[in-house]
Amino acid sequence: MNVHEYQAKQLFRDYGIPVPNGKMCTREDSVRNAAEELGGDTWVVKAQVHAGGRGKGGGVKVVRSVEEAEKAAEDILNLRLVTKQTGAEGREVRKVLVEEGVAIQKELYLSMLVDRASNAPMIICSEAGGMEIEEVAAKTPEKVLQEPVDPALGLRSYQSRRIAQALGLTGPAVRQAGKMLGDLYRLFVEKDASMLEINPLVVTESGDLIALDAKLQFDDNAMFRHKDVLALRDIEEEDPLEAQASEVDLSYIRLDGNIGCMVNGAGLAMATMDLIQYVGGTPANFLDVGGGASAASVEKAFRIILADRRVKAILINIFGGIVRCDRVAQGVAEAAGNVDLKVPVVVRLEGTNAVEARKILEGSTIDFVVANNLRDAAEKVVSAL
Amino acid sequence: MDSRGKTNKQEQGIDMGILVDETTRVVVQGITGKEGSFHAKGCMDYGTKVVAGVTPGKGGQEQEGVPVFDSVKDAVDREGANTSLIFVPPPFAADAILEAADAGVRLIVCITEGIPVRDMIPVYHHLQGKSVNLIGPNCPGAITPGKAKVGIMPGFIHLPGSIGVVSRSGTLTYEAVKQLTDVELGQSTCIGIGGDPIIGLRFVDLLGMFAEDEQTKAVLLIGEIGGTAEEEAAQYIIDTKYPKPVIGFIAGKTAPPGRRMGHAGAIVSGGKGTADEKQKVMEKAGIAVCPSPDAIGKTVQEAIA
Repeated sequence: MNVHEYQAKQLFRDYGIPVPNGKMCTREDSVRNAAEELGGDTWVVKAQVHAGGRGKGGGVKVVRSVEEAEKAAEDILNLRLVTKQTGAEGREVRKVLVEEGVAIQKELYLSMLVDRASNAPMIICSEAGGMEIEEVAAKTPEKVLQEPVDPALGLRSYQSRRIAQALGLTGPAVRQAGKMLGDLYRLFVEKDASMLEINPLVVTESGDLIALDAKLQFDDNAMFRHKDVLALRDIEEEDPLEAQASEVDLSYIRLDGNIGCMVNGAGLAMATMDLIQYVGGTPANFLDVGGGASAASVEKAFRIILADRRVKAILINIFGGIVRCDRVAQGVAEAAGNVDLKVPVVVRLEGTNAVEARKILEGSTIDFVVANNLRDAAEKVVSAL
Repeated sequence: MDSRGKTNKQEQGIDMGILVDETTRVVVQGITGKEGSFHAKGCMDYGTKVVAGVTPGKGGQEQEGVPVFDSVKDAVDREGANTSLIFVPPPFAADAILEAADAGVRLIVCITEGIPVRDMIPVYHHLQGKSVNLIGPNCPGAITPGKAKVGIMPGFIHLPGSIGVVSRSGTLTYEAVKQLTDVELGQSTCIGIGGDPIIGLRFVDLLGMFAEDEQTKAVLLIGEIGGTAEEEAAQYIIDTKYPKPVIGFIAGKTAPPGRRMGHAGAIVSGGKGTADEKQKVMEKAGIAVCPSPDAIGKTVQEAIA
């Protein structure tokens, strides 16, 4: 689960991690009041969307007066923000963060994640901040420090000192880094974060350390024990169909193609999408109906796939192992009868009672195209377009 | 190979598949639940020796004809269970794995999907250096066709034979196994290692076991996007001059970056873990990579011809 920068920064504050003072504003809020309350003579207005690369897309502006702040906020709120993470269609901006300006001496990079090679939390830092870390790692790997944390020992003081050294910190910032890293690690662990990123972490002109940006992602599987974090979910930032699918416990991701896919199991779903592309089609979505593929879940899946207007044909690929194919076929036929089907549906059912399943589908009032195997299914759905 | 990679059977010199066989005695943790009871029966029907169940507070009952105990320790002491199959709900599953390890079973198969990563980190580290293997979590389990099934896979698609199968997926594994069986290529043992970021046995561990298993003549690796398991496997094959043919497949060529494709572990992040990248590394290690998901059976057939 993702949260906005302003929400991540509030969590930072709760854990005693220094961030600039700021106020979140929607279209209804007065940016003038926000800027005046914050005071000072420089402000930063930042688009709040769940996508990186906001600066390059024109979603971040530095302003020197309250009038400029109002204008900048208006511009950003009217923007369809396009970054490399939003796709070409861009993202509507509904919220901006108005922050006090910070005089920057140095920009740094810091992140925490769970490293899959060591099966432990890892801190990644670099003195080259403000840039994409992948780029820094590719061009100047010597500038990136990866510090694994032993989960049983937690983050130790010597490790914080090593990180401070790698960041090129001196004076009071070294001690500040020690405290900040401890607080960040505590937040990361206690809230079940899967990723925490500060880019840039800055040293101010007065020599203090402050998190100028904040990005947090959380482990979906752990949200049952974090009602407070779950309350930060912004459904408007999610694809409406994906949000709808998650409501009914279906794993669905919208893509750019026109062949709707309904498959049981994530791996088989990906393989089915791959095969569609291999035979010349383009998948409209990833959708895992779950191992059981019950009539109820198949009907929900139909409704979500069909709500995507670009879908011109549907491929259903179910490997009935534990569930019997004839049951799945009955479910598919029943569900198809309950939704208004206007596109061809190719069905491939494999496993127990596949022959009976075929008879059920062929005897249905709905004109299913029944496929013999995976390849046949992919070819039939592409030619049905 | 380290001591973790050895099963009792290999020590006894029996050369038939890995991890699960006739000597396997299963205790099902969470047997009184819907999934637990259903699949306990499925394993029994396949011929697996399911000897006990565990549900705390329900000790003394009977389920599917086997005694239910309050603890795994009781099941081990009283019924000689040596393998645990876990269907405990996510908030309690990490504890269930630790309980099974503490009770002294040799293999733990955790089917539970949705365990928080933070819960699995200490479990993973606790199991290191102990003589117990963990398969999963979020996996279909393991089957040695004709011998024993410890998991939720459909038994009937399998055929005893000489291909070792290791996969990060569930139903895609069934698809692959079906393709093998259709061309009369039987399997020695099939293991779904799970789709989570933190899992027990990995590709490299199982490649090690299959290398020493005399029944296994070739290994099929079914991977997917995200993580570095396939890259590690490729490196292992190069480093050990792996003695048997390895065939591979990677799901997720069409997956967009930054999106979690169902499995928590299946995500392309920071340009890393793409299907194309994995495929290249695997090919470099001499692995025969299946060009498309419908060609798995055929590719294995050609690779061992």
